[in-house]
Amino acid sequence: MKHLTTPLREKDIVNLQIGEEVLISGVIYTARDMAHKRMYEAILKGEELPLNLSGQILYYTGPSPSPPDRVIGSAGPTTSNRMDDYSELLLAQGLKGMLGKGNRAEDVVKAIIKYQAIYLATIGGAGAYLAKRIIASSIIAYPELGTEAIRRLEVEDFPAVVAIDVRGNNVYKDF
Amino acid sequence: MRFINSQDIIEKVAAAVIKANTVLPTDVFKAIANALVYEDSLTARNIIEIILQNAHIAESEGMAICQDTGLVVVNVCLGQDVHIVGTSLETAINEGVRIAYKAGYFRNSVVNDPILRVNTNDNTPVIINYQLVSGKELSLTISPKGAGSENMGQLAMLKPLVGLKGVKDFVLEVVKKASANPCPPIIVGVGIGGNMEKAVQLAKGAVLRPINLRNELAYLADFELELLKAINELGIGPQGLGGRTTALAVNVEVFATHIASLPVAVNLSCHATRRVTIRI
Repeated sequence: MKHLTTPLREKDIVNLQIGEEVLISGVIYTARDMAHKRMYEAILKGEELPLNLSGQILYYTGPSPSPPDRVIGSAGPTTSNRMDDYSELLLAQGLKGMLGKGNRAEDVVKAIIKYQAIYLATIGGAGAYLAKRIIASSIIAYPELGTEAIRRLEVEDFPAVVAIDVRGNNVYKDF
Repeated sequence: MRFINSQDIIEKVAAAVIKANTVLPTDVFKAIANALVYEDSLTARNIIEIILQNAHIAESEGMAICQDTGLVVVNVCLGQDVHIVGTSLETAINEGVRIAYKAGYFRNSVVNDPILRVNTNDNTPVIINYQLVSGKELSLTISPKGAGSENMGQLAMLKPLVGLKGVKDFVLEVVKKASANPCPPIIVGVGIGGNMEKAVQLAKGAVLRPINLRNELAYLADFELELLKAINELGIGPQGLGGRTTALAVNVEVFATHIASLPVAVNLSCHATRRVTIRI
Protein backbone atom coordinates (compact mmCIF):
# COMPACT_ATOMS: atom_id res chain seq x y z
CA MET A 1 0.00 0.00 0.00
CA LYS A 2 1.46 3.40 -1.03
CA HIS A 3 1.64 6.27 1.43
CA LEU A 4 0.90 9.82 0.27
CA THR A 5 1.87 12.81 2.37
CA THR A 6 0.49 16.29 1.76
CA PRO A 7 1.26 18.76 0.32
CA LEU A 8 1.62 16.65 -2.84
CA ARG A 9 4.61 17.14 -5.10
CA GLU A 10 4.58 16.12 -8.74
CA LYS A 11 6.97 13.23 -8.08
CA ASP A 12 4.59 11.83 -5.44
CA ILE A 13 1.79 11.34 -7.92
CA VAL A 14 3.19 10.87 -11.44
CA ASN A 15 3.71 7.16 -10.96
CA LEU A 16 0.38 6.39 -9.34
CA GLN A 17 -1.77 3.99 -11.33
CA ILE A 18 -5.55 3.71 -11.38
CA GLY A 19 -6.92 1.10 -9.00
CA GLU A 20 -3.92 1.49 -6.70
CA GLU A 21 -4.81 1.79 -3.01
CA VAL A 22 -3.17 4.60 -1.06
CA LEU A 23 -3.10 5.92 2.52
CA ILE A 24 -3.06 9.70 2.89
CA SER A 25 -1.41 11.49 5.82
CA GLY A 26 -1.04 15.19 6.52
CA VAL A 27 -3.38 18.14 6.05
CA ILE A 28 -6.31 18.07 3.63
CA TYR A 29 -9.14 20.58 3.22
CA THR A 30 -12.88 19.92 2.98
CA ALA A 31 -14.94 21.66 0.33
CA ARG A 32 -18.26 20.74 -1.23
CA ASP A 33 -20.87 22.51 -3.38
CA MET A 34 -21.16 25.92 -1.72
CA ALA A 35 -17.45 26.28 -0.88
CA HIS A 36 -16.61 25.49 -4.51
CA LYS A 37 -19.03 28.12 -5.73
CA ARG A 38 -17.54 30.70 -3.33
CA MET A 39 -13.94 29.96 -4.31
CA TYR A 40 -14.84 29.95 -8.01
CA GLU A 41 -16.50 33.35 -7.73
CA ALA A 42 -13.59 34.72 -5.69
CA ILE A 43 -11.08 33.66 -8.37
CA LEU A 44 -13.19 35.23 -11.14
CA LYS A 45 -13.37 38.49 -9.17
CA GLY A 46 -9.60 38.41 -8.60
CA GLU A 47 -10.02 38.08 -4.83
CA GLU A 48 -7.65 36.14 -2.64
CA LEU A 49 -8.69 32.60 -1.71
CA PRO A 50 -8.99 31.65 1.98
CA LEU A 51 -6.29 29.01 1.48
CA ASN A 52 -3.31 28.45 -0.78
CA LEU A 53 -4.34 25.53 -2.99
CA SER A 54 -0.84 24.77 -4.19
CA GLY A 55 -0.12 21.04 -3.73
CA GLN A 56 -3.25 20.53 -1.64
CA ILE A 57 -6.02 17.92 -1.64
CA LEU A 58 -9.66 19.01 -1.47
CA TYR A 59 -11.92 16.43 0.20
CA TYR A 60 -15.55 16.53 -0.90
CA THR A 61 -17.39 16.00 2.37
CA GLY A 62 -19.96 17.61 4.61
CA PRO A 63 -19.24 16.00 7.98
CA SER A 64 -21.68 15.36 10.82
CA PRO A 65 -21.38 17.80 13.74
CA SER A 66 -18.57 16.97 16.17
CA PRO A 67 -19.81 15.56 19.48
CA PRO A 68 -18.08 17.19 22.51
CA ASP A 69 -15.65 14.31 23.04
CA ARG A 70 -14.66 13.84 19.39
CA VAL A 71 -12.50 15.51 16.74
CA ILE A 72 -15.26 15.24 14.14
CA GLY A 73 -18.50 13.38 13.41
CA SER A 74 -18.94 10.91 10.56
CA ALA A 75 -17.12 12.24 7.50
CA GLY A 76 -17.36 10.15 4.34
CA PRO A 77 -17.18 11.44 0.76
CA THR A 78 -20.02 13.00 -1.20
CA THR A 79 -20.67 12.55 -4.96
CA SER A 80 -17.83 14.35 -6.77
CA ASN A 81 -19.57 15.20 -10.05
CA ARG A 82 -21.41 18.11 -8.45
CA MET A 83 -18.04 19.84 -8.20
CA ASP A 84 -17.11 19.19 -11.88
CA ASP A 85 -17.90 22.66 -13.22
CA TYR A 86 -15.60 24.31 -10.67
CA SER A 87 -12.62 21.95 -10.68
CA GLU A 88 -10.59 23.21 -13.63
CA LEU A 89 -10.27 26.71 -12.22
CA LEU A 90 -9.10 25.32 -8.86
CA LEU A 91 -6.59 22.99 -10.54
CA ALA A 92 -5.24 26.07 -12.35
CA GLN A 93 -4.53 27.53 -8.90
CA GLY A 94 -2.23 24.61 -8.09
CA LEU A 95 -4.67 22.12 -6.54
CA LYS A 96 -3.05 18.68 -6.89
CA GLY A 97 -5.59 16.24 -5.52
CA MET A 98 -9.34 15.78 -5.33
CA LEU A 99 -10.88 13.22 -2.98
CA GLY A 100 -14.50 12.12 -3.29
CA LYS A 101 -16.59 9.36 -4.82
CA GLY A 102 -17.86 8.53 -8.30
CA ASN A 103 -16.90 9.44 -11.85
CA ARG A 104 -15.95 12.88 -13.18
CA ALA A 105 -16.86 14.75 -16.36
CA GLU A 106 -14.61 14.51 -19.42
CA ASP A 107 -13.59 18.17 -18.93
CA VAL A 108 -12.27 17.37 -15.46
CA VAL A 109 -10.24 14.44 -16.82
CA LYS A 110 -8.69 16.80 -19.41
CA ALA A 111 -7.89 19.35 -16.69
CA ILE A 112 -6.33 16.61 -14.55
CA ILE A 113 -3.96 15.79 -17.44
CA LYS A 114 -3.28 19.47 -18.16
CA TYR A 115 -2.40 20.33 -14.56
CA GLN A 116 -0.87 16.92 -13.67
CA ALA A 117 -3.19 16.27 -10.75
CA ILE A 118 -4.91 13.21 -9.32
CA TYR A 119 -8.44 12.17 -8.46
CA LEU A 120 -8.86 9.80 -5.54
CA ALA A 121 -11.96 7.90 -4.44
CA THR A 122 -12.66 6.94 -0.87
CA ILE A 123 -15.49 4.88 0.59
CA GLY A 124 -18.96 6.39 0.48
CA GLY A 125 -21.10 5.35 3.45
CA ALA A 126 -18.11 4.62 5.68
CA GLY A 127 -18.21 7.97 7.49
CA ALA A 128 -17.76 6.56 10.99
CA TYR A 129 -14.70 4.53 9.96
CA LEU A 130 -13.15 7.44 8.05
CA ALA A 131 -13.73 9.84 10.98
CA LYS A 132 -11.31 7.68 12.97
CA ARG A 133 -8.55 8.58 10.50
CA ILE A 134 -9.04 12.29 11.14
CA ILE A 135 -6.95 13.46 14.09
CA ALA A 136 -7.63 17.22 14.02
CA SER A 137 -10.29 19.46 12.49
CA SER A 138 -10.87 23.19 12.40
CA ILE A 139 -12.97 25.54 10.28
CA ILE A 140 -10.79 27.93 8.29
CA ALA A 141 -13.27 29.62 5.94
CA TYR A 142 -16.96 30.30 5.33
CA PRO A 143 -18.16 29.23 8.82
CA GLU A 144 -21.64 30.50 7.92
CA LEU A 145 -21.94 27.56 5.52
CA GLY A 146 -22.15 25.11 8.44
CA THR A 147 -21.32 21.60 7.23
CA GLU A 148 -20.28 23.14 3.88
CA ALA A 149 -17.60 25.36 5.47
CA ILE A 150 -13.95 24.75 4.55
CA ARG A 151 -12.27 22.67 7.24
CA ARG A 152 -8.59 21.96 7.70
CA LEU A 153 -8.31 18.26 8.55
CA GLU A 154 -5.26 16.46 9.76
CA VAL A 155 -5.49 12.87 8.60
CA GLU A 156 -3.48 9.75 9.31
CA ASP A 157 -3.56 6.76 6.95
CA PHE A 158 -6.77 7.91 5.32
CA PRO A 159 -7.67 5.19 2.75
CA ALA A 160 -8.35 5.97 -0.92
CA VAL A 161 -8.08 4.43 -4.37
CA VAL A 162 -6.53 6.17 -7.38
CA ALA A 163 -9.54 6.76 -9.64
CA ILE A 164 -8.09 9.07 -12.34
CA ASP A 165 -4.33 9.30 -12.74
CA VAL A 166 -2.13 12.09 -14.16
CA ARG A 167 -2.37 10.52 -17.63
CA GLY A 168 -6.15 10.63 -17.54
CA ASN A 169 -6.68 6.89 -17.11
CA ASN A 170 -10.00 6.30 -15.39
CA VAL A 171 -10.92 3.42 -13.06
CA TYR A 172 -14.65 3.83 -13.63
CA LYS A 173 -16.32 1.70 -16.30
CA ASP A 174 -17.58 3.49 -19.36
CA PHE A 175 -20.82 1.81 -20.52
CA MET B 1 -61.15 3.02 20.46
CA ARG B 2 -57.56 3.22 21.71
CA PHE B 3 -55.93 6.48 22.81
CA ILE B 4 -52.26 7.21 22.09
CA ASN B 5 -50.61 10.27 23.58
CA SER B 6 -48.55 12.33 21.13
CA GLN B 7 -45.75 12.62 23.72
CA ASP B 8 -45.35 8.84 23.53
CA ILE B 9 -45.04 9.10 19.73
CA ILE B 10 -42.42 11.87 19.99
CA GLU B 11 -40.21 9.82 22.33
CA LYS B 12 -40.50 6.61 20.33
CA VAL B 13 -39.85 8.36 17.02
CA ALA B 14 -36.76 10.09 18.46
CA ALA B 15 -35.34 6.77 19.74
CA ALA B 16 -36.09 5.04 16.43
CA VAL B 17 -34.44 7.80 14.37
CA ILE B 18 -31.26 7.52 16.47
CA LYS B 19 -31.28 3.73 16.04
CA ALA B 20 -31.92 3.97 12.29
CA ASN B 21 -28.96 6.29 11.79
CA THR B 22 -26.51 4.27 13.87
CA VAL B 23 -27.48 0.59 13.51
CA LEU B 24 -27.40 -1.12 10.12
CA PRO B 25 -30.35 -3.53 9.63
CA THR B 26 -29.29 -7.18 10.21
CA ASP B 27 -30.39 -8.39 6.76
CA VAL B 28 -28.30 -5.67 5.07
CA PHE B 29 -25.23 -6.37 7.24
CA LYS B 30 -25.48 -10.11 6.50
CA ALA B 31 -25.78 -9.54 2.76
CA ILE B 32 -22.69 -7.29 2.75
CA ALA B 33 -20.71 -9.85 4.80
CA ASN B 34 -21.86 -12.58 2.41
CA ALA B 35 -20.27 -10.70 -0.49
CA LEU B 36 -16.85 -11.71 0.90
CA VAL B 37 -17.70 -15.31 -0.03
CA TYR B 38 -17.65 -14.70 -3.77
CA GLU B 39 -15.82 -11.38 -4.21
CA ASP B 40 -12.28 -12.00 -5.41
CA SER B 41 -11.02 -8.50 -6.28
CA LEU B 42 -8.68 -7.37 -3.51
CA THR B 43 -9.89 -3.76 -3.61
CA ALA B 44 -13.52 -4.90 -3.50
CA ARG B 45 -12.77 -7.12 -0.51
CA ASN B 46 -10.96 -4.30 1.31
CA ILE B 47 -13.90 -1.96 0.71
CA ILE B 48 -16.39 -4.53 2.00
CA GLU B 49 -14.25 -5.08 5.12
CA ILE B 50 -14.20 -1.32 5.76
CA ILE B 51 -17.98 -1.09 5.28
CA LEU B 52 -18.48 -3.89 7.84
CA GLN B 53 -16.05 -2.25 10.29
CA ASN B 54 -17.87 1.03 9.75
CA ALA B 55 -21.14 -0.60 10.86
CA HIS B 56 -19.47 -1.90 14.03
CA ILE B 57 -17.98 1.51 14.87
CA ALA B 58 -21.26 3.32 14.21
CA GLU B 59 -23.27 0.96 16.40
CA SER B 60 -20.81 0.65 19.28
CA GLU B 61 -19.96 4.36 19.41
CA GLY B 62 -23.36 5.77 18.48
CA MET B 63 -22.00 7.52 15.40
CA ALA B 64 -23.93 8.07 12.18
CA ILE B 65 -23.29 5.15 9.76
CA CYS B 66 -22.99 7.79 7.03
CA GLN B 67 -22.63 11.55 7.52
CA ASP B 68 -25.49 11.98 5.06
CA THR B 69 -28.27 11.24 7.52
CA GLY B 70 -30.53 12.47 4.76
CA LEU B 71 -34.11 13.38 4.44
CA VAL B 72 -36.34 11.32 6.72
CA VAL B 73 -39.32 9.44 5.29
CA VAL B 74 -41.91 8.03 7.67
CA ASN B 75 -44.46 5.52 6.40
CA VAL B 76 -47.41 5.54 8.78
CA CYS B 77 -49.88 2.66 9.12
CA LEU B 78 -52.60 4.02 11.35
CA GLY B 79 -55.22 1.65 12.76
CA GLN B 80 -58.65 3.22 12.29
CA ASP B 81 -59.56 2.53 15.94
CA VAL B 82 -56.69 4.71 17.19
CA HIS B 83 -57.28 8.22 18.49
CA ILE B 84 -54.21 10.43 18.96
CA VAL B 85 -54.36 12.83 21.91
CA GLY B 86 -52.25 16.00 22.25
CA THR B 87 -50.53 17.41 19.17
CA SER B 88 -51.20 16.18 15.62
CA LEU B 89 -49.41 13.07 14.40
CA GLU B 90 -47.48 15.19 11.88
CA THR B 91 -46.28 17.57 14.60
CA ALA B 92 -45.27 14.67 16.85
CA ILE B 93 -43.25 12.92 14.12
CA ASN B 94 -41.42 16.13 13.19
CA GLU B 95 -40.68 16.86 16.84
CA GLY B 96 -39.25 13.34 17.33
CA VAL B 97 -36.95 13.84 14.34
CA ARG B 98 -35.89 17.30 15.57
CA ILE B 99 -34.90 15.87 18.98
CA ALA B 100 -33.03 12.90 17.46
CA TYR B 101 -30.92 14.97 15.04
CA LYS B 102 -29.77 17.25 17.85
CA ALA B 103 -29.15 14.49 20.40
CA GLY B 104 -27.40 12.20 17.89
CA TYR B 105 -25.14 14.92 16.45
CA PHE B 106 -26.55 14.08 13.03
CA ARG B 107 -26.06 16.42 10.10
CA ASN B 108 -28.95 18.69 9.18
CA SER B 109 -29.34 18.07 5.47
CA VAL B 110 -32.69 19.70 4.71
CA VAL B 111 -33.21 23.07 2.99
CA ASN B 112 -36.53 24.90 3.20
CA ASP B 113 -37.08 25.37 -0.53
CA PRO B 114 -35.55 23.67 -3.60
CA ILE B 115 -34.55 27.01 -5.15
CA LEU B 116 -34.06 29.36 -2.17
CA ARG B 117 -32.13 26.65 -0.25
CA VAL B 118 -31.96 27.83 3.35
CA ASN B 119 -31.08 25.05 5.82
CA THR B 120 -33.92 24.44 8.29
CA ASN B 121 -31.28 23.51 10.89
CA ASP B 122 -33.28 20.69 12.48
CA ASN B 123 -33.64 18.25 9.55
CA THR B 124 -37.38 18.81 9.31
CA PRO B 125 -39.79 18.71 7.58
CA VAL B 126 -40.17 14.96 7.33
CA ILE B 127 -41.89 13.30 4.35
CA ILE B 128 -44.87 11.37 5.74
CA ASN B 129 -46.94 8.78 3.84
CA TYR B 130 -50.19 7.73 5.50
CA GLN B 131 -52.03 4.45 5.20
CA LEU B 132 -55.24 3.83 7.12
CA VAL B 133 -55.63 0.20 8.17
CA SER B 134 -57.96 -1.79 10.42
CA GLY B 135 -57.11 -2.32 14.08
CA LYS B 136 -55.76 -0.45 17.09
CA GLU B 137 -52.08 -0.22 16.26
CA LEU B 138 -49.93 2.64 15.03
CA SER B 139 -46.92 1.44 13.04
CA LEU B 140 -44.19 3.74 11.73
CA THR B 141 -41.39 2.79 9.35
CA ILE B 142 -38.64 5.36 9.58
CA SER B 143 -36.06 5.60 6.81
CA PRO B 144 -33.48 8.39 6.67
CA LYS B 145 -31.93 8.36 3.20
CA GLY B 146 -28.99 10.20 1.69
CA ALA B 147 -29.01 11.98 -1.65
CA GLY B 148 -26.18 10.01 -3.30
CA SER B 149 -28.46 7.08 -4.05
CA GLU B 150 -31.78 8.96 -4.11
CA ASN B 151 -30.53 11.26 -6.89
CA MET B 152 -29.93 8.27 -9.20
CA GLY B 153 -33.52 6.95 -9.39
CA GLN B 154 -35.59 7.16 -12.58
CA LEU B 155 -39.09 6.66 -13.96
CA ALA B 156 -40.11 5.45 -17.44
CA MET B 157 -43.51 5.14 -19.03
CA LEU B 158 -42.85 2.12 -21.26
CA LYS B 159 -45.01 0.66 -24.02
CA PRO B 160 -47.00 -2.22 -22.50
CA LEU B 161 -45.90 -4.88 -24.98
CA VAL B 162 -42.17 -4.55 -24.15
CA GLY B 163 -43.00 -6.67 -21.09
CA LEU B 164 -40.39 -7.95 -18.64
CA LYS B 165 -37.63 -7.66 -21.24
CA GLY B 166 -38.31 -3.91 -21.56
CA VAL B 167 -38.39 -3.54 -17.79
CA LYS B 168 -35.08 -5.36 -17.45
CA ASP B 169 -33.41 -3.16 -20.08
CA PHE B 170 -34.59 -0.03 -18.27
CA VAL B 171 -33.42 -1.24 -14.84
CA LEU B 172 -29.97 -2.08 -16.23
CA GLU B 173 -29.78 1.32 -17.95
CA VAL B 174 -30.52 3.07 -14.63
CA VAL B 175 -27.93 1.03 -12.72
CA LYS B 176 -25.25 1.60 -15.38
CA LYS B 177 -25.89 5.34 -15.45
CA ALA B 178 -25.78 5.48 -11.64
CA SER B 179 -22.47 3.57 -11.59
CA ALA B 180 -20.50 4.50 -8.44
CA ASN B 181 -22.71 7.39 -7.34
CA PRO B 182 -25.33 5.52 -5.27
CA CYS B 183 -22.56 3.87 -3.17
CA PRO B 184 -22.68 0.26 -4.32
CA PRO B 185 -23.27 -2.46 -3.28
CA ILE B 186 -26.80 -1.13 -3.67
CA ILE B 187 -30.34 -2.31 -3.11
CA VAL B 188 -32.50 -1.88 -6.22
CA GLY B 189 -36.21 -1.18 -5.77
CA VAL B 190 -38.39 -1.61 -8.85
CA GLY B 191 -42.05 -0.55 -9.04
CA ILE B 192 -44.03 -1.77 -12.03
CA GLY B 193 -47.59 -0.74 -12.89
CA GLY B 194 -50.18 1.70 -11.57
CA ASN B 195 -49.56 5.20 -12.96
CA MET B 196 -46.65 7.63 -12.54
CA GLU B 197 -47.18 8.23 -8.83
CA LYS B 198 -47.99 4.62 -8.01
CA ALA B 199 -44.94 3.22 -9.78
CA VAL B 200 -42.69 5.50 -7.71
CA GLN B 201 -44.50 4.56 -4.50
CA LEU B 202 -44.04 0.88 -5.36
CA ALA B 203 -40.32 1.34 -6.02
CA LYS B 204 -39.86 3.26 -2.77
CA GLY B 205 -41.73 0.52 -0.89
CA ALA B 206 -39.71 -2.19 -2.65
CA VAL B 207 -36.38 -0.72 -1.57
CA LEU B 208 -37.51 -0.88 2.08
CA ARG B 209 -38.54 -4.54 1.98
CA PRO B 210 -36.06 -6.78 3.89
CA ILE B 211 -33.64 -8.03 1.26
CA ASN B 212 -33.75 -11.68 2.34
CA LEU B 213 -37.43 -11.84 1.28
CA ARG B 214 -38.40 -12.45 -2.34
CA ASN B 215 -41.67 -11.37 -3.97
CA GLU B 216 -44.51 -13.79 -3.20
CA LEU B 217 -45.41 -14.13 -6.88
CA ALA B 218 -43.17 -16.83 -8.37
CA TYR B 219 -42.59 -15.06 -11.68
CA LEU B 220 -41.49 -11.90 -9.87
CA ALA B 221 -39.25 -13.79 -7.43
CA ASP B 222 -37.53 -15.30 -10.49
CA PHE B 223 -37.33 -11.88 -12.15
CA GLU B 224 -35.71 -10.38 -9.02
CA LEU B 225 -32.97 -13.03 -9.16
CA GLU B 226 -32.55 -12.62 -12.92
CA LEU B 227 -32.11 -8.85 -12.49
CA LEU B 228 -29.66 -9.32 -9.61
CA LYS B 229 -27.53 -11.67 -11.71
CA ALA B 230 -27.55 -9.29 -14.70
CA ILE B 231 -26.66 -6.28 -12.50
CA ASN B 232 -23.80 -8.11 -10.80
CA GLU B 233 -22.43 -9.17 -14.19
CA LEU B 234 -21.96 -5.47 -15.05
CA GLY B 235 -18.78 -5.46 -12.96
CA ILE B 236 -19.41 -2.04 -11.37
CA GLY B 237 -18.56 -3.50 -7.95
CA PRO B 238 -18.29 -1.93 -4.50
CA GLN B 239 -17.95 1.88 -4.85
CA GLY B 240 -17.82 1.44 -8.64
CA LEU B 241 -14.19 0.34 -8.41
CA GLY B 242 -14.82 -3.09 -9.95
CA GLY B 243 -15.99 -6.43 -8.61
CA ARG B 244 -18.87 -8.87 -8.51
CA THR B 245 -20.97 -7.12 -5.89
CA THR B 246 -22.83 -4.23 -7.49
CA ALA B 247 -26.19 -5.01 -5.87
CA LEU B 248 -27.10 -6.89 -2.69
CA ALA B 249 -30.68 -7.50 -3.82
CA VAL B 250 -33.38 -6.46 -6.27
CA ASN B 251 -36.88 -6.06 -4.84
CA VAL B 252 -39.79 -5.77 -7.26
CA GLU B 253 -43.38 -4.74 -6.50
CA VAL B 254 -46.29 -4.59 -8.95
CA PHE B 255 -49.80 -3.13 -9.13
CA ALA B 256 -52.68 -3.10 -11.61
CA THR B 257 -52.30 -0.62 -14.46
CA HIS B 258 -54.06 0.95 -17.46
CA ILE B 259 -54.42 -1.06 -20.71
CA ALA B 260 -52.15 1.48 -22.44
CA SER B 261 -49.53 1.84 -19.67
CA LEU B 262 -46.44 0.12 -18.33
CA PRO B 263 -44.95 2.55 -15.79
CA VAL B 264 -41.62 1.48 -14.27
CA ALA B 265 -39.82 3.29 -11.46
CA VAL B 266 -36.38 2.38 -10.18
CA ASN B 267 -35.26 3.60 -6.77
CA LEU B 268 -31.71 2.87 -5.66
CA SER B 269 -30.48 2.64 -2.09
CA CYS B 270 -26.88 2.54 -0.87
CA HIS B 271 -25.21 -0.19 1.18
CA ALA B 272 -26.02 1.97 4.22
CA THR B 273 -29.75 1.47 3.78
CA ARG B 274 -31.35 2.60 7.00
CA ARG B 275 -34.80 1.61 8.26
CA VAL B 276 -36.52 0.94 11.57
CA THR B 277 -40.15 -0.05 12.13
CA ILE B 278 -41.83 0.72 15.44
CA ARG B 279 -45.26 -0.35 16.63
CA ILE B 280 -47.10 1.69 19.21
